[in-house]
This record gives sequence, C-alpha cells and structure tokens, in this order.
Amino acid sequence: MEIHFEVNGKACQVETPPMKRLLDVLREDLRLTGTKEGCGEGECGSCSVILNGEVVNACLVPACQVEASTIITVEGLADGGRLSVVQQAFLEHGGAQCGICTPGMLLAATAFLEENAAPEREQIKAAIAGNLCRCTGYMKIIDAIAAAAGSRLERAD
Amino acid sequence: MISTIQAWSPRTLAEAYQLLTREQGRIKVLAGGTDLMVALHARTECPPAFLNVWPLAELRGITETNESVRIGALTTYTQLMRSTPVQHHAPILVEAAGVIGARQIQNRGTLGGNIVNASPAGDTLPVLAVLEAELEIGSSRGTRLVPFNAFYTGYRRTVLAADELLLAVILPKRRPPEQQYFRKVGTRQAQAISKVVMALRLQQTQPGRVDFIKIAFGSVAPTVMRAPLTEALLQNQTLSPARIAAAREQVMAEVQPISDVRSTADYRRTIAGNILARALYELGQRN
Repeated sequence: MEIHFEVNGKACQVETPPMKRLLDVLREDLRLTGTKEGCGEGECGSCSVILNGEVVNACLVPACQVEASTIITVEGLADGGRLSVVQQAFLEHGGAQCGICTPGMLLAATAFLEENAAPEREQIKAAIAGNLCRCTGYMKIIDAIAAAAGSRLERAD
Repeated sequence: MISTIQAWSPRTLAEAYQLLTREQGRIKVLAGGTDLMVALHARTECPPAFLNVWPLAELRGITETNESVRIGALTTYTQLMRSTPVQHHAPILVEAAGVIGARQIQNRGTLGGNIVNASPAGDTLPVLAVLEAELEIGSSRGTRLVPFNAFYTGYRRTVLAADELLLAVILPKRRPPEQQYFRKVGTRQAQAISKVVMALRLQQTQPGRVDFIKIAFGSVAPTVMRAPLTEALLQNQTLSPARIAAAREQVMAEVQPISDVRSTADYRRTIAGNILARALYELGQRN
C-alpha cells in the first residue's frame, strides 16, 4: 500500500506492505537509521519516536496506522547544526554512553517536557520507565532531563 | 511473512462489519497493536489478514449518562488516565492503566484491545470484573450488551462471534461511600506483566462492616476470575483480624494459579492471599 505521512517536517510517501513496522519503514525505506531496534517487542524503548505528539515504540506500529500522521525521529530534534535543549543537556551531563538507548531517551524526554514543563524527579523517572539503559545507571540521564527542563523554562522567560 | 499479510483499513463501522461478515474468522482485528505486533514479529501469530480498526472514530470517545460512563473500545490507557469521568467513577481503572507497560505502551494500547486479547494477565480485566461493566458488541446483525463477567468462556476464549466487534465498555457510576482498591504485583514497577493482579470494591455501612464486596484476580486462573466464595465469607461481616485471616485462607483455596515463566503457583497463591488481607486491613481502617 502507499502511505503518506510527515517525518521531521518533511512530507513522505512510501510504498510498503501494510503490516511492516514503522521502525523498518524509517530505517529501510527512509534511511533514517537514528531510530534503533533493541528488543523488537515493546520492552526497551530504543525505537521510541514521537507520533502525533505522543511517544510510541516504532516496533509496535504497523505502517497502515501512520497514514496522515506526523512523526519526529532523533534526526528531527536538532535545528540544522544546533542541538535541541534536551540533546544539549544530555551532552553536558553525560547522558549517553554506548548510545543505543539515547535516541529513544531523547524522544521520550522531549515528548514528556512538552506536557510537563517543570517536572519532579519522580515524574522524570516515570516518563522514561519504558526506556532501558544498560550503561549509565540512569542518574545522568535523569540529571540531563531535569537540566533540560530548567533551560527550557529559562528560555521561555 | 509480514510482507504478504494484508490489512484492511475500513473508513466506517458499517464497512468494518461488512469485512468481518465476508471474511468470517479469517481476519484478525487490530487495535493499538501492542500485543499483536509482538506476536506477529515473534511469529506466534500469523493471520492472513488484519482488520485495522484504529482509524474508526466510532470506537473512540468517553461519554456520560446519568447512570453510566461509556468508554469507546479504542480508548488508550493514556486517555483513560486523563479522563475526568473515569478518574471520578473508576479510579482503579486509572490505576490499572497507569501500570500497564510505560508511556509508549499506554499511548497505543487500548481498553478494547486488553479485553479482546483475552490474556488472563490483562491488568484492566479484574477492574472491569469488580465494576461489573457491560460490553457493547456490534455486527451487521445489530448491537448487543454482554456482562463483562460472562464474556470469557475459557483460556483466551470469548463469546465474540466471528462477525462481531467490541464497540464500547459501559461502567456503572460510583455511588459513595463505595471504596475501590487495585494492586498489581510484577517483577518491577513498569514494563512488567503481572504475576498477580487484584481489584476490589467495598462498601461499609458502618466502619469495618461489609455491606457489599466484590473481589477479582488476574494471572491466577485461565481467565480473569471473581472470588465468589471469599466475597460470601465477607458479606455482612465485620472486618476483624480473624475474619480477614479466614478470607485470606479462602482466597488462597479459591484461586487456581499455574507455574510459568513469570512466577510459580505457590508464590501466586500466597501473594493473592497477602494482597487481599492487606487491602481489607487498609480499607477497614480508612473508613
């Protein structure tokens, strides 16, 4: 089937089997390989993308369900060469080690800060409960998201 | 192979009914995909075609009448958590939705999907059992209401006919001072499938005195189960330590758990008793 949707602000048209995973459409058809596959069964959050404003696992969304939707992947976070506030905070606070969970963490954090501008630490933990990291121990990731929330508020003032 | 599987995306409910009638069981209904996409990828499930109901607006939305709250089958867990009528009348449904997976799953998984997927571990199912929800089921033959507690006929089996679709869940409104309680026990707080899950509704006419009680469990039997013998043991009784101890023993005899990859039968039986006892102590004191 032919599907039409928007990825990172660009209109896309892809010819794909209807049950192909959004994850594979992004990586194989659109060559957006920033979205990583971890478990492939909705447990680890590595393939998180923002779909119509909500964070979802791209491994659990079939192509036939993204017709006319808007998607943001990790490639869509930076504005040209300028990192997003969340990316910058991950960089400054050592929120990435091996990097496999990082795109998913960035998108989960970005979607979360859109709806909760001044989160408590416990709320940050809940917001990334669906994103597993095997390197950092999470502390630096949580620090980065808290710092990003602070920078966003400053920028809004 | 995934590349050969067809998916129909009807634009209206009438079109969906036509496809279901025509395909008679050769088509699998696809809602948020949080269970089916896993099964498809693991190749434990491979139907020739899917009926993608996700675009159907008729299956969305939460509405209220004087007596009830009607929840469209495609309502996601996130939408349940944010709904004022659901928060007010079924706080345990909000709690259950909040412990299913994490954000990514809550944004896609649906109440209707949890029901029709018919896993004995579905976290909303004990909640719907104690709320005595009704299910609105439709087909080209018409619409019918089925009590939730009569929906499952066995392990992963339901009364849904091949041409039928779950449309909505209807919850009776809560009448204070009714209390509700929910408890899930899993390996960790998020992203865990339940070892034991329990929902409970209790009304006390005077402190510690049971006016009515409804208790249901998930993950301890082939389907979600009510515990009628334990309910009867508590009905019109005082929540004394001795009575609570008796209820604990009774419920441990009443559940029928198995050992599997997530837990053992012994652990599940013990935990079922413990979480019920704890709930009764807490609720008895809260009133």
